Amino acid sequence: MADGSIGLWTVPLAVFGGAIRVSTPFLFVSLGECITERSGRINLGLEGTLVMGAMSAYGISYLTGSPWLGVLAAGVTGALLGALHAGICSLPRVNDVAVGIALMLFGTGLAFFLGKPLIEPTAARLPAIDFGWWSDIPQLRAALQINVLFLIGVVLAPILYWAFRTTRWGLLIRTAGESSDAARAMGHSVLLIRLRATMVGGFLAGIGGSFLSLFYPGSWNEGLSSGQGITAVALVIFARWDPMLCLWASLAFGGAAALGPALQSVGVTSGYHLFNAAPYILTLAIMIITCSPKRTLTGAPAELSITR
Amino acid sequence: MTTDVAEPVEAVAIAPAADPGFLQRYGGTIEYILIPGAALVGALGVFGIFVAMFGKNPLDLYFYMYQGAFGTWFSWQNTLTRAAPLILTALCTALPAQLGMVIIGGEGALLIGALSATSAALMLQWASPLAVQLAMACAGMAGGGLWIMLSGGLRQYRGVNETISSLLLVYIALAILNHLVEGPMRDPASLNKPSTREIGAANMIGSIPGTDIHWGLVFGIIAAIASYILIYHTVFGFAARVAGGNIRAAKIVGLGVGKLILTICFLAGASAGLAGMVEVAAVQGRTNANLAAGYGFTGILVAFLARQNPLAVIPVAILLGGISASGGLLQRRLDLPDASVLVLQGIIFLFVLASDALYGRIGFLKGKS
Repeated sequence: MADGSIGLWTVPLAVFGGAIRVSTPFLFVSLGECITERSGRINLGLEGTLVMGAMSAYGISYLTGSPWLGVLAAGVTGALLGALHAGICSLPRVNDVAVGIALMLFGTGLAFFLGKPLIEPTAARLPAIDFGWWSDIPQLRAALQINVLFLIGVVLAPILYWAFRTTRWGLLIRTAGESSDAARAMGHSVLLIRLRATMVGGFLAGIGGSFLSLFYPGSWNEGLSSGQGITAVALVIFARWDPMLCLWASLAFGGAAALGPALQSVGVTSGYHLFNAAPYILTLAIMIITCSPKRTLTGAPAELSITR
Repeated sequence: MTTDVAEPVEAVAIAPAADPGFLQRYGGTIEYILIPGAALVGALGVFGIFVAMFGKNPLDLYFYMYQGAFGTWFSWQNTLTRAAPLILTALCTALPAQLGMVIIGGEGALLIGALSATSAALMLQWASPLAVQLAMACAGMAGGGLWIMLSGGLRQYRGVNETISSLLLVYIALAILNHLVEGPMRDPASLNKPSTREIGAANMIGSIPGTDIHWGLVFGIIAAIASYILIYHTVFGFAARVAGGNIRAAKIVGLGVGKLILTICFLAGASAGLAGMVEVAAVQGRTNANLAAGYGFTGILVAFLARQNPLAVIPVAILLGGISASGGLLQRRLDLPDASVLVLQGIIFLFVLASDALYGRIGFLKGKS
């Protein structure tokens, strides 16, 4: 132990550290998507929002020197993309799944376009809080370098859980998601509720993106997000639209995503790409196990087109 | 009283030969050309404003786009070469759309098709070129077909959403490709760019005589026409459209919906797999990460712009092939990043979807029904 060699323990430790580090984008995107889907609309475009968020956070952090302004910019960008999604979806006979696909392509394209000059420079990164000061093991200390965004996300999950159950806004969102007729009968505009829900969802997804470029991996390039956004959208489905389950599922996903790099660090390099695909395989496997053709999923908002 | 009302309604329906006959007959078709066309023009306008914000002249932009896409014989060849895989990957979205399914995993089927085709060619090095090419086409189509059939089967038998599963399968396909190309199938001679061994110059499918356009374009056009005939002129296609229109009605009249879904998904994936085979056998000559060039994703846009009509896919694919062909010229002459093509595609996609709201609302076309 003295020289810090802990042998194969590196792998579970790295997976644990990864569960904390890698899960943050999953967590933010899935919580955001949870809000949107509870209002009865699905936004598949969060993959694009994630990349746009990462790019704008990096750009603003580079220009202003303040990573927190970058996080804010990422959130605002995400909210704007959410407004675009909701705006197009509120036209008659427009399919929300298709608009999501379009926004996924548009968001990534726009991020690559605007982010071209940002590949070279380095921007100020988000600070980490050192929770591992008591330990001598460098790997453990590295694993416990926890970012504030992760903590915010962890706190946000129970708050959302509570808000869906008890607050006026939570009830309105759920009403719009369960029966748009009921919401209309109560005198509320379903389109407006969904617009706000999609914008908040986009805001959170944008922040998830800022984590990618400003903390881990901590730089901007075009391969930054490969499907994390869409995985997080799928994650909401088997988390049964429950923010607390989103939290646990995100942690599991973070761990799975950290498996490839962890094995590589101990010298297992064959099958590196296959281990990197672990989150996608895991998503697919869980969807196969939990879905059923015979019944709609428990907890699914009745207005959601994707589960009908 | 009731018969009095019913009588004139029927008369109108039966006798379309009256004055507004032209619009009644062709109003729908005109709408299907006019509205996407207007969406395209609107998208180009917004893109012009977008590049103007970066200090580029939009008129230069349109000129170079035209030059790069359709201005010269050279750019026409470039455009048509890019259109070939786009037709095939667009069918991967357009065919399942007849059943009401949204499949967006054409990129994955393309990669698996390319891998299967390359494997077939490498195993059959002793055979005659024609046999190798046939084997490559069959392997590519089978590989891609099974890949998308997986999404269809999961939807039918496990209730898994096909849009999400097909997209997840893209990332899994990419991982498998990278794994095989850097591991078991790697050509030791490929140092900087890990690749499989080459399929051999003799086994490449050549160009259409007198041009630099490879035969993949012909494959694509044949596949699109065959799909059109299958969907609109066969009992099978009719059954598919019934199931797409009303799944319960289809079940009540005893259509085997499961079989329909699996067959259509196989054909869709086979089409994208053929695109992968064409890219290997006509362009790359081997499999490597270059194949993930985004043809599968642009194909989704082609399918939506063509309103999922297999015949309309051909001109739309040529149009979008042209847009991507002009990317190089935009980069050189206007110093725009290569991603500008992606931005334009995204804007077009958004405009096309928003224009869905216009159908049946254009005043002078109202006579159609």
